Amino acid sequence: MLKVYVNVTARFDTGGNMTPMSIIWGDGTEYEIDRVLDKRRAASLKAGGFGDRYTVRIWNRERYLFFEDGRWFVEGKE
Amino acid sequence: MECLYNPSLRGKPVSVCGSVENRHGIVLASTPEAKKFGIKTGEAVWQARQKCRDLVVVEPHYERYQRFSQAAHEIYADYSPCVEPFGLDECWLDVTGTDHLFGSGKSAADAIRTRIKAELGITASVGVSYNKIFAKLGSDMKKPDATTVILPSDYQSKVWDLPASDLLYVGPATKSKLHRYGINTIGQLACSDPDFLCRLLGKWGITLWRFVNGLDSSPVSPAGSVPVIKSIGNSTTCPRDLTSEDDIRITTMLLAESVAARLREQRCKCRTVQVWIHNTDLSGRERQVRLPFPSYTAKRIGDTATGVILKNWQGQPVRGLGVRAQNLVLDEYPQLSLLPEIKEEQKQEDLEIALDHVRRRFGHFCVQRGIMLTDTRLSHLAPKDEHTIHPVSFFQ
Repeated sequence: MLKVYVNVTARFDTGGNMTPMSIIWGDGTEYEIDRVLDKRRAASLKAGGFGDRYTVRIWNRERYLFFEDGRWFVEGKE
Repeated sequence: MECLYNPSLRGKPVSVCGSVENRHGIVLASTPEAKKFGIKTGEAVWQARQKCRDLVVVEPHYERYQRFSQAAHEIYADYSPCVEPFGLDECWLDVTGTDHLFGSGKSAADAIRTRIKAELGITASVGVSYNKIFAKLGSDMKKPDATTVILPSDYQSKVWDLPASDLLYVGPATKSKLHRYGINTIGQLACSDPDFLCRLLGKWGITLWRFVNGLDSSPVSPAGSVPVIKSIGNSTTCPRDLTSEDDIRITTMLLAESVAARLREQRCKCRTVQVWIHNTDLSGRERQVRLPFPSYTAKRIGDTATGVILKNWQGQPVRGLGVRAQNLVLDEYPQLSLLPEIKEEQKQEDLEIALDHVRRRFGHFCVQRGIMLTDTRLSHLAPKDEHTIHPVSFFQ
């Protein structure tokens, strides 16, 4: 699996919490995040790395979105 | 950890090694697959390659290791207020009295291992025991992902068959001394007469005897406690041999700048400067000199260190240098003085404190001494940022 860095639009609330709202793919396509289901610190054994792992629902499918060292990445296919 | 960041390395013999070009080419850590070929930490890269032709060599990423270490400490903090680090990747936790929260020591250890694996993606081996020595021994017994429990009732059967060299503070010299008297295992050490060990090894003999008989009672320090600093030093193996006075001056000044900046951070001044010199045949010597008054300026420490090195240098190529500030005093109440040399020193202190601020904001290389620009390969080193490790002792 590849580590694919992506642009993310996020919302910061008054409590300082960060919530990803949409993912912008390399070709410019924007995928809206329907819902953030979970957030926890976790490692990505497939792509390599660790950070805050957001479990998000996009188009009715669950995906992991990682926030590591100030950058967002997803586990991409080879 | 390198295998986590590069999944294609998993299952292969991999060693993390220093840069061969910069002559730091030794093995720093290896995967279990590499260890099967007999590769040991500390040996040269060429020796490791001779043992395993397919060895994958990767360079170290210290910032990454520090980040993992910090994240692991955050996990430990959920289980105990007493967390005592032992190097970058090891820790002692005192979980006494937490049974009602996390169950037995083994349950807590298993929970920590599970969390480290899930949250950091790496494995951890844990030793659970009633003292720090057996906990450390236990953590080394089963690797890479296991919990070993050593109880007062079974330590003899679990520990005594291990080689004496597995014990903390039994290095090659002590091992060979013990071997001369037929003491090869921890059990044989435990059954030896303590008076005999005292005659053989001095007070260490008694300490080791207490260790192996389960009598160590040293407490685990609370998290965040800082041990008393007795000295601050930096050393380097140079990217090329030092053959001129200017080479030595550049390297010594680099090291002195780091030592002085670290002294200022700790608000300490030193009264003694020690240097050590490694020749190309790896022989070395140490010299030290007392300062006329305590100082934490790079100029004073660097000039003193350069002076003592050049006084003892006969022109032979130098492979590595080290500078250490010793005999530390706290800089709490500086004594004002009318003496010109002290006034001069205080002016220098102000200058270097201002430089600290500039370097903190814009990086180490934004301000450099003129001599550093005469050989950028030699001077391209920021020991304070890149090469500061904190060696720890069991006895704090």
